[in-house]
Amino acid sequence: MAMKFEKSGDGAYMLNVTGYTCPHPQMYTKKALQKIESGSVLTLVFDNPSSGESIISMCESEGNELFERSDSGGTFTWKIRKG
Amino acid sequence: MSNRDVCDVGVAGMAGTSTKGKVYAGVIVALVALASVIALSIDSRFLYMLVYVWFGVIYGLFLQYGRFCMASAVRDLFAVGVPRMAVGVMIAVALYSLTAAAVTMAGFSTFHAHPLGWHIIIGGAIFGFGIIFTGGCASSSLYKSGEGNVGSMLVLVSISFSQAIFVASDWFSGLVPESWTQSALEKGMPEELTITSTWFDQFMAGYIWDLQGGTVAEMMGREGTFFGIFVGNALLGAILPTFAILVFLYIVAYRKGYMRRAKIQNPAFGDHMRGMWSMFTSSKNTALAGLGIGIFAGLQMWTTGALRDYYGIFNFGEMLEDMGYYTGISIQGTVFDPGYWYITTQEAQWGGWVLNKLGVDNMSNIFFGLENGLPNPLLNAPGMMSIGIILGAAMLANINREFKWKLPSMETAIFAIVGGTLMGIGARVGMGCNVGAFFAAVTNGDLTGWIFLFGMALGGYLGVKAFTWWMEWRASRSNDEFAL
Repeated sequence: MAMKFEKSGDGAYMLNVTGYTCPHPQMYTKKALQKIESGSVLTLVFDNPSSGESIISMCESEGNELFERSDSGGTFTWKIRKG
Repeated sequence: MSNRDVCDVGVAGMAGTSTKGKVYAGVIVALVALASVIALSIDSRFLYMLVYVWFGVIYGLFLQYGRFCMASAVRDLFAVGVPRMAVGVMIAVALYSLTAAAVTMAGFSTFHAHPLGWHIIIGGAIFGFGIIFTGGCASSSLYKSGEGNVGSMLVLVSISFSQAIFVASDWFSGLVPESWTQSALEKGMPEELTITSTWFDQFMAGYIWDLQGGTVAEMMGREGTFFGIFVGNALLGAILPTFAILVFLYIVAYRKGYMRRAKIQNPAFGDHMRGMWSMFTSSKNTALAGLGIGIFAGLQMWTTGALRDYYGIFNFGEMLEDMGYYTGISIQGTVFDPGYWYITTQEAQWGGWVLNKLGVDNMSNIFFGLENGLPNPLLNAPGMMSIGIILGAAMLANINREFKWKLPSMETAIFAIVGGTLMGIGARVGMGCNVGAFFAAVTNGDLTGWIFLFGMALGGYLGVKAFTWWMEWRASRSNDEFAL
């Protein structure tokens, strides 16, 4: 499945990187966060668990807020507000 | 609430546990136990191989728990500016060096220092370039396979066959310097070996065997002593370099973000100490995994050493011959049997065994024919340890609801095959992977491991540059405003 990045609403974006292993998910997340406006929310869908660890650290170091997470059968959906 | 609070401090259990997953994990343990009973009923001496299997299961649990990945350590630092895994691996090195020192002090160590030469940095760089594209190093490709990642399984296949072909083919023999050929001929190797036909044989006999190496304790002339082992090998060889790297990582990749989060404008010394501690604790699961692996690697050395004494053998090859298994044993009567945590050599044997069964003559070279043999994968003790690692990781991934069959995209599959090939070649040139050439080396006071790490970081940096270029190029070809 190909990576999908789109605007899903006002100040809301969706990035789906399921099927991708490291380093794609964290690199796409970094690029997506660079592209959206401050205060916007990125909904990130991925299924490579170890990328999650890098994304948490990346959010911390860049001042973005990870405020919601859910999972379903090994697929993770996280919401990140750009700082 | 911080990002880590939301994520339950991440690492193991990112998504909580699952009852169904616990059942699957129980089934895996039951199957390994059943296979063990069957093996023991065939011949009780298979206990020697089962030690590898069960230690492998334990390593798999630790690797998945700590997401122990050298590729992530190098790549995340350069690609997204995250030092978390690099910090975790460094702390793990410091902790593991203490358990390795205890094992050496107790006389159970089977470790031998690697020869020092240019091959280490070149092999490390090729390996480091490859791991950026595969998304995992040698050890993490195993645990990720246990998470159901088919791309990582492709990496294992690629590492296996690339090594097997590289050590046995004469494709590169035109690149061999004359001095290597001469030196190899002077070694007087058995006639069964075609010592001057392949690049790798002449690299081994004409270059590697002429090099010297040693642990810090050996260089100090204090091997076998408490001072040499704990102060030389552990403190000078592992802990101090680790500390220097941790300070460097804090300064370049953690300090700024920490001070912003803590709202500190003019940091004092104490603020930096708290910042360093914060950096350590954010990597604690990886560090704990490294400590656990260190303790169990020590225990494995001790158990295997005790069993060798009990059965009166030096190598598993002798036991296989005693049990009536004669195929795939080297001309010295040996097979690969390191007695502790190792990854790539047994993968080369898997690929080599398949090629051998397909009719390729690959037992007349040094790697398989003289040293490691080509045993049936079911009789390959370190190979069964790798299977154990995959199963151990699968158990924990199921319990933590992180197991999912993941089919790679075409791009990921191609990267896995090409990157895995580079990893295989790099591991053979560098005389090991991120485990054998780096982790096991530096924790035992062998400074060549730091050279391999430097090579791996250099290759990783170039790999990230190439990977970023590829992503930019792909995005630039798209008219979509959301292309990344």
